Amino acid sequence: MSALLELKGVTRRFGGLAAVSGVDVTVGRGELIGLIGPNGAGKTTLVNVITGVHPATSGTVRFDGEDITAFKPFQVARRGIARTFQIVQPFPEMTVTENVAAAAVFAGAVRYGSEANAEALQHLRFVGLAEMADKRAASLTLAMRKRLEFAKGLAMRPKLLLLDEVNAGLNATEVDHALSLIRAIAARGITILIIEHLMKVVLSLCTRIVVLHHGDLIASDTPQRIVKDTRVIQAYLGRRYADAESAGANG
Amino acid sequence: MLSLQIFANGLVLGGLYACIAAGFSLVWGVLNIINILHGSFIVLGGYLAYYAYAKLGIHPFLSILIAAPLFFALGYALQRALINRMIAAPVLLTLSLTFGLDLMLSNGMLFAFTADFKKLTLDPPLGVLSLSGIVLPVDRLFAMLLALGLTGLLYLVLSRSRIGRAIVAVRMDREAAALMGVNVKRIYAVTFGVGALMAGASGPLLAMIFPISPLSGPAYLGKAFVICVLGGLGSVPGAMIGGLALGVVESFGGLWFGPEHAVTLSFTLLILMLLFRPTGLLGRAGYS
Amino acid sequence: MRSSALLAAALLALVALLPLSGDAYWLRLGTTMLMYGVLAMSWNFIGGMAGYPSFASAAFFGLGAYAGAVAQKFGVPMGLAWVCAGGAALAFAALLGLALLRLRGHYFAIASLVVAEVLRELVNSATDLTGGGMGLNLPVPHDATVASQAQFFFYSMLGLAAITFTAMLLTTHSKLGFGLRCIQQNEAAADMLGVNTTLYKVAAFMLSGAFAGAAGALYASWVHYIEPPDVFDVLYSIKAIVMVLLGGAGSVFGPLFGAAIFLSLEELVWRNYLQVHTGVLGLMIVLLVLFLPKGVFARAVPRTRKKP
Repeated sequence: MSALLELKGVTRRFGGLAAVSGVDVTVGRGELIGLIGPNGAGKTTLVNVITGVHPATSGTVRFDGEDITAFKPFQVARRGIARTFQIVQPFPEMTVTENVAAAAVFAGAVRYGSEANAEALQHLRFVGLAEMADKRAASLTLAMRKRLEFAKGLAMRPKLLLLDEVNAGLNATEVDHALSLIRAIAARGITILIIEHLMKVVLSLCTRIVVLHHGDLIASDTPQRIVKDTRVIQAYLGRRYADAESAGANG
Repeated sequence: MLSLQIFANGLVLGGLYACIAAGFSLVWGVLNIINILHGSFIVLGGYLAYYAYAKLGIHPFLSILIAAPLFFALGYALQRALINRMIAAPVLLTLSLTFGLDLMLSNGMLFAFTADFKKLTLDPPLGVLSLSGIVLPVDRLFAMLLALGLTGLLYLVLSRSRIGRAIVAVRMDREAAALMGVNVKRIYAVTFGVGALMAGASGPLLAMIFPISPLSGPAYLGKAFVICVLGGLGSVPGAMIGGLALGVVESFGGLWFGPEHAVTLSFTLLILMLLFRPTGLLGRAGYS
Repeated sequence: MRSSALLAAALLALVALLPLSGDAYWLRLGTTMLMYGVLAMSWNFIGGMAGYPSFASAAFFGLGAYAGAVAQKFGVPMGLAWVCAGGAALAFAALLGLALLRLRGHYFAIASLVVAEVLRELVNSATDLTGGGMGLNLPVPHDATVASQAQFFFYSMLGLAAITFTAMLLTTHSKLGFGLRCIQQNEAAADMLGVNTTLYKVAAFMLSGAFAGAAGALYASWVHYIEPPDVFDVLYSIKAIVMVLLGGAGSVFGPLFGAAIFLSLEELVWRNYLQVHTGVLGLMIVLLVLFLPKGVFARAVPRTRKKP
């Protein structure tokens, strides 16, 4: 079975700086990929390139057998890639339902009309926001807004869901809730790529971890092997973490 | 040589234009407000010089010294009282506000001075200067030098004085400046006052060269727009470069297309710049 | 949607009775109010729904006025000339929109403002076609009386206002309207969700241009003489914005109410303070922006919830 998402030699320059450089990554259907790396490694830039926000300076992006390198964001959305933002971006004055309905309608999942509202409500139930359906999105707490982002992403009926730091600003309980939500989404057959800082999340959730450092892809492997990879340890995890992990594994 | 004469004319004009635009650009860059009143301030300054000369015999160069503090006070008060309330409001509202204020001012001037064009003619006239084949009217030359001097003074104030540096800080990053102890509200008022000062002070210079009427405000405003887009927002060197560029473009444009098309030409240039190089000739990023 | 449409029909019927008064003054006032209403509604497409601060209304109005007038000069019958003018403004808005709508905020506002000036100059220079600075006279039908003309133009403007209102109502409740609202709320997010923002913005701009242009063409035929500074007057752009602000941007009836309120105030000021009427207009704008930016009805009437 062919890969769902294939990046070959993707480079993105801003002026003289290469934020992302020669990245080759393949994402298979049903995988749950973790994208990790220090700040400024180029993780969000990579997601921006995939979704068409910043066109790749060179290299290709193939999705579901189609070359989407030059696609604009709205075209990428309609092809089946949904993406959440690190800093949540709802439509503040519109209701929660309208927010999700917008995602469903414009990504091409449903027709405009009452169907869209019904669809929206379903997704709101799934993420646990049904009681907030008629509230203004601006009145939601941060944790709820993150769940709204999930609902919007799901409403687009994506084949691939890109999650950018969904856990930033959440407390431990909220993070656990988010985790179970992500597992439930994965169980529906949606391929997920998650940018994440919290190692516990990445290690417990992901089938594979990809590591970026200064725009280069330095490792791509299973969680167990990633934590032992010397390059990853040097760049990101640190000695003590690696020792603790291996001590835990051996002890 | 004709081209050189036209070029020289353009530079002289450009110096004046730089002065007109510097204050406008500063206000736009720091407060993110387009001050539609700017053109009318210029005209008002011109009237001040005109009547000062006609009734009291005060030389327009001296009028600059009178106009400067008056207009600073006017600008400061206006900002503090009215414009400050709208500082974070959407473009539509801030633009409408300054538009409304401008309608009031220009209507007031129309009422007070009538629409007749008035020309401030120096008596005795200053004559012309001939420099290796290029002819320059002395009054224009002096006006340009003063204008450049004023603009240069603004630049010095911004880069050397405490308040100037505070203004630049607010322009770069309002929150960071506030965290550093800058009283942002006061800086906004000061900046607006400075903008008004520059406009009011350039009025006398322009009045010496062009006839003034309340109807000429929009034309000056239009030039200020174009210069900001050419030179980048909030930067005095940018206003200088933009002003000189516009002056030269208008001079040559006047030669090729006829002087009545000067305004259209500059506006077409504006639109083209906005489409293809909104960051200005120097490539500095401005507010969107 | 039903209640809005019913209310509109009722008001329409009421307004349509105006000519029965037989008073030329009220008829003229009514026609002007309807024209203002069209201008306000046309701005609402791009300014209210899409959230782009357009100052281009004067450009479209003037373009429509001249397109209609020139068409009539070449013998095109009046009604058809109006349609052609609307079409010309529509096409112009499409091209202009593609060029300008990628600008944001102040840059877009200024560029749209400046377009009217450029058009005015171009029309001024094209003396052979447009009469240039000397203006353009429009043909008057021979069998016309002052009274019948007044009635005819009242009803024509009423028709245009009804069409514009219908278009606005339909757009508001359509996918286009939904998309425009998303763009107004957060354009980048809308883009990421699959809204073709360029297409939608240009569509809104085209609608804005077409109706403003048609209003211009009707105006030209109504007053029988136009000149560049008259129809490319930047005040038309300002008034359109002020009227929508008065009535409340984002509501379906807002632009019309705003037009009615504005015209009443304008007429009052004109009759009593002729010399300073622009100054008083300026004062009105300042007060409106400072104290009632959400419109006169902000606290009284809750916004009708638009359901997708």
